Amino acid sequence: MTRYLVWGASWLFILLVLVTPPAMVLTEALKDGLAASLATLSDPDAQSAIWLTLRVSVVAVVLNTIFGILAAWVLVKFRFPGRQFLQILVELPLSISPVVSGLVWLLLFGAQGWFGPLLERWNIHIAFAVPGIILATLFVTLPYVVRTVMPVMEVQGRDAEEAAVLAGAGFWQVLWHVTLPGVRGALLSGVLLTTARALGEFGAVSVVSGHIPGETETMPLHIENLYNGYQSVAAFTMAALLAFMAMSAVLLRSAPDWIARLQEKKA
Amino acid sequence: MSIEVCNLVRLAPGTQQRLLDDVSLKVPDGAFVALVGPSGAGKTTLLRAIAGLDGCNSGSVLLDDRPMTSVKDRAGRMGFVFQNYALFPHMTVARNIAFGLDVLPRGERPARSAIAKRVEELLELMQLQGMGGKHPAKLSGGQRQRVALARALATGPRVLLLDEPFGALDPIVRRSIRTWLRELHDTLGLTTILVTHDQEEALEIADRIVVMQSGRIMQDATPQDLDEQPATEFVMEFLGEAVSFAGEVRHGRMIADDALVLPFAVPEGVTDGPITAMIRPYEMTIKKPASEQDVLSLYAAPRGTRNGYRHYTLQLGERIIPFYRPVEAADAQVQGVALDIGRARLFRQGLLCG
Repeated sequence: MTRYLVWGASWLFILLVLVTPPAMVLTEALKDGLAASLATLSDPDAQSAIWLTLRVSVVAVVLNTIFGILAAWVLVKFRFPGRQFLQILVELPLSISPVVSGLVWLLLFGAQGWFGPLLERWNIHIAFAVPGIILATLFVTLPYVVRTVMPVMEVQGRDAEEAAVLAGAGFWQVLWHVTLPGVRGALLSGVLLTTARALGEFGAVSVVSGHIPGETETMPLHIENLYNGYQSVAAFTMAALLAFMAMSAVLLRSAPDWIARLQEKKA
Repeated sequence: MSIEVCNLVRLAPGTQQRLLDDVSLKVPDGAFVALVGPSGAGKTTLLRAIAGLDGCNSGSVLLDDRPMTSVKDRAGRMGFVFQNYALFPHMTVARNIAFGLDVLPRGERPARSAIAKRVEELLELMQLQGMGGKHPAKLSGGQRQRVALARALATGPRVLLLDEPFGALDPIVRRSIRTWLRELHDTLGLTTILVTHDQEEALEIADRIVVMQSGRIMQDATPQDLDEQPATEFVMEFLGEAVSFAGEVRHGRMIADDALVLPFAVPEGVTDGPITAMIRPYEMTIKKPASEQDVLSLYAAPRGTRNGYRHYTLQLGERIIPFYRPVEAADAQVQGVALDIGRARLFRQGLLCG
């Protein structure tokens, strides 16, 4: 009896907190019909926001994947002074409010910031421009690949890598043929979490972007703008699209399991 | 290919504790050497240093008289088999075995067909025909061990280093793979170093046994010499069950503290003074009573049979000691008047004397 109560309560809670919001978003978006909803997406500012979000996410995901793998590898396989500290540092973006991190970038690269005037002289714009948005997104999404890959690397141990080295493999060969295939599940998971987070980041990006429609507005910022301008169909359509993109990224995480299960059924 | 280790010292990282304490070792071409010792003696550390997996604080490793400075120098010339096999789980058996050839630079890499042929050869040599397409997870422990061995041998190394390779196998597989490994060593003309904590395994398979303790080599000898002339009490004890008797040498005779032990003549050169006699349980005999009047003060109670010996326990004063007799000569009850330990080795301050 208690089991069913707990079971029922957890489902109710999940439905209420996790399923209702996306459902509401979708209903609001389709309030005036599908055609009206889709029409809002052809607005140039909306299209620019979608493209900017995709571009920023791709750059952030690629860079954070490469450096995340290397950082995890160094943290797991070597013991060196300052290792503990580095491990804590990697988790910093998880605990710091994104707004604060955005402010730090402004402090560094803004017009009144430390390096702002210097960069201005060379005509390099970081604050209130795309590079700033990328930096802010990089910071916020940094921990995901490192944190998902590290525990699996820990379990993997060094033996297989040592065996590869003794067989004559060089550094990159070991990484590519031995280490990475061993952690591919966790890596995929980390990459997709990074993607989902990069797509949706609001706080840090909001501070550094300057909200220039058609130029430095990402999807989340554009949604806010539309909503504040009482364009609720456009706002909710964009929100539904963003939610759909992030959710497909998260759903893809379980793809390897499905594939494995399918293969097992065949075998 | 001969291996020479010269004055190797390795400290535990960040401390002054010596994992290897001035270790020197010569392994001639074609030898099969076993490194034995208790856990923490430095066997695996020494093997890893020879392979170049861990650095050393001083000393050198020479392969055919040429110093090896990094793992790269050794790549492809030394095969190493890890205790837990360390196979690549995402690769098939064939890919695992071919790994050392696949990673060669383009100019040196054999053609695809040549690699496939080599893999087939090795699969056959390891009695793993038809297993090339499987993944390691589908294999048994013994099969994985042989895949690891095949992978280590793929590049045709002349040296094989084995770190407790039978540790995870069940006793029956263990015994068969042991003999098979020795045959492989002889057929391929390898130079092999095997690390094991099982002294029986070492005695059975190796030409030479190197006994280590606390990072130092205690003795390096053939199994026979090791049995006849163990350098220290520790070696004597480590190689098999041993019973020790404290006593004193007086006028060329060892007189044990225990009154039921018969005195015996010691070799020339053993001076008078306190001494420890150590003997294997199967080397002792019990003196039968010479006449009816003799008091039977020794009783040995049977405790089962093993390897052609009947085991007994013998009450000797305060302590109980093991005592073996060949099955043919064994009676249900063994009794006598005194214990003869004339075949004991004698030690002073832990070192063999005489």
